[in-house]
Amino acid sequence: MTLVVKDLVRHHPGNATPTLAGLSFDLPAGTLTALLGRSGAGKSTMLRCVMGLEPFETGTIDIDGVVVRGTYESSPAERQKAISAARARLGLVFQSFELFPHLTALQNCALAPVQVKGESALVAQKRARELLCQLGLEHRLDAFPEQLSGGQKQRVAIARALAMEPRVLLYDEPTSALDPSMKHEVLQTLKRVDATGVTQVVVTHDLQLARGVEHVCILDHGVVIESGPPTQVLQRPAHESTRALLAAWLQHDAP
Amino acid sequence: MLPALLLSSLVLGAEPLTWGADAQGGAPYVFQDPTDPTRLTGFETELATLLGARLGRQARPVHGPWDKLLELLTRGDFELAINGIEVADEKLRVVALSRPYFAAAEVLTLRRGAPGPRTLAEFPGRKIGTLPGSMAERIAQRAGADVRTYEGGQDEIYDDLKLGRLDGVLLDAPVAHYYADLEPGFESVPGDFGSVQYAIALRPADVALRAQVDAALEALQRDGTLRALYERWGVWSPETARLFGDAEPGAREAPLEFERWRAAVGQLPSFWERLTTRYPPMLPLFLRGAALTLAVSLCAMGLAVALGIALALGRRFGARPVRWLCVAYIEFFRGTPLLIQLTMVYFGLPELGVKLDPFVAGVVALGLNYAAAEAENYRAGLESVPLGQVEAAKVLGLSTWQALRFVVGPQALRISIPPMTNDFIALLKDSSLVSVVTLTELTKTYTNLANSTRDHLGLGLLVAVFYLLLGLPFARLARAAERHFGRHLRKEAA
Repeated sequence: MTLVVKDLVRHHPGNATPTLAGLSFDLPAGTLTALLGRSGAGKSTMLRCVMGLEPFETGTIDIDGVVVRGTYESSPAERQKAISAARARLGLVFQSFELFPHLTALQNCALAPVQVKGESALVAQKRARELLCQLGLEHRLDAFPEQLSGGQKQRVAIARALAMEPRVLLYDEPTSALDPSMKHEVLQTLKRVDATGVTQVVVTHDLQLARGVEHVCILDHGVVIESGPPTQVLQRPAHESTRALLAAWLQHDAP
Repeated sequence: MLPALLLSSLVLGAEPLTWGADAQGGAPYVFQDPTDPTRLTGFETELATLLGARLGRQARPVHGPWDKLLELLTRGDFELAINGIEVADEKLRVVALSRPYFAAAEVLTLRRGAPGPRTLAEFPGRKIGTLPGSMAERIAQRAGADVRTYEGGQDEIYDDLKLGRLDGVLLDAPVAHYYADLEPGFESVPGDFGSVQYAIALRPADVALRAQVDAALEALQRDGTLRALYERWGVWSPETARLFGDAEPGAREAPLEFERWRAAVGQLPSFWERLTTRYPPMLPLFLRGAALTLAVSLCAMGLAVALGIALALGRRFGARPVRWLCVAYIEFFRGTPLLIQLTMVYFGLPELGVKLDPFVAGVVALGLNYAAAEAENYRAGLESVPLGQVEAAKVLGLSTWQALRFVVGPQALRISIPPMTNDFIALLKDSSLVSVVTLTELTKTYTNLANSTRDHLGLGLLVAVFYLLLGLPFARLARAAERHFGRHLRKEAA
């Protein structure tokens, strides 16, 4: 198992009900998984907790043997150390990509390997170029983010994350900032990355995207209510609550 | 005995005799020769030279604003203050005074034919112009006048009388003789408005020097040197005659220096003539002033930028007490006048044992003040960068410092450049305040020359050109920097 999340609890200040209410899931290495849920289901909070951008009270996140514990169960120093180690194994593609606007596509991808891993600029740029080429950006290496289309920006963001050689790559709503016609292209990109063997987790509320992945977890009210291959979970859900959820969903924002 | 005397005069001769004055005070005291502005002249300039010769030391002038001369003297910027320092009891509390070397009547000047006050009894409620901190000011105040004082110089006081902003001007006879008498539209009112005596101010501790100065003054008075000097300058007066116990108040020598001055400034040449003949010899003075202005401004800006960055980072990332300290600093230095800060640094810190060189004091005061403004510029820049950028950097494993250096900093800088440029141009102009601490920068060069040549408009244009020439290259540089840091925002050419 590459990423194991267990009993995660997170209350947002001022909210009576927990955002994450004992969330658990695990991801087999090398799979492409979609964490599916409606807005407010706790997807983004889960993602931010995993990335160490937001604290959680109890539970554990185990990334390849590095364990991050909740604030009730560990000291700040312990947690900070674990988060740093965890981040070295994780990559995140932000919903709005958050490319560094003052750096070119190539510089965006080479910055962290040079500054964090201490790689030489030459080596870092060579790999950054390879990654960008793999994602079809060979002609945009020296473009600034402002000069790229939405889809191109996303691919630069993916290349930037991959440049740090993460074990797990997470995506926050990869289709929401793009034109609906781009969904197919996003899925193509995910599959292309999947072929390299990286474990990928896509947090999304996009049913269509979820249909194209290998493994689906349905998130609702801060817990995973059902998981399995999309053919099973999305077409013949075992749980009544999943069925109700999917019906309401299809009515609401079916493509 | 003789070898000992010789030895002592040699030792003393090595050390120049520093004396303080304000060239902005104008003729006939200490001022720049209008026909050769690089030369300092005036009857007190000559007196200082005579004293130096008597004491076997070379007289060296130090410039400071007139109303700060005694403070500069006590601080140790020079040994003697010779610039129409009036004998008054309250001065003895801070400095020692030599024997008086000159006396003069106060003269009331009115617009010819205007219904001005003609006696002290008519002073109440009338607008009387004079110099701040002078005996004339006290006399007018005691008489109940509405007293207006002018920092700029006597020329401006008489200008305001001419323009009708004042009902009368009360000043010492030499000033009235040199400035008011040039104007045919003025008249001097006969009558007794009091008188003043001038003495040399020294530090109370310099007892030996005071004895030397007194002896020298007495000798110069006794052998007629002073009388000849005053006559040449046209300022020999019945009051001085009485002071010297001289039976003969009438002048024997022609007032050559007065005539020379009158010829030089009585009628301003045409602007073209000034431009071609008068201003070129002044250019070295302006260049020296401009160089000082630039040096002070660049050093102060360097300090302000470094300190401003530290303050902005402290305010954004520091622990709570650090944040409070930064905010307190910013509010204090932004909320109090620069002049007060400079005065505190220069005249106040010596009380705590920190005595700064004038240049350093100017740079420190300006730098500390502008650091507050810079800190706010950088804070605005830092806050303009979205939080997501920091999160993206952290997720990639960058430390807080690395995120700041490679991600937030460059983006913040672009936002901060225009207000920074603005501040630098403002600093260039505010640097004129360092004239308070004896530095003759560009503005002081202008005011000194304008008062000694009575040419405010032409020289004003000239000094404006200098300021523009100083500021414009930086404005250009800043625009280039903005373009550089904003190149990612331009839509594509590639």
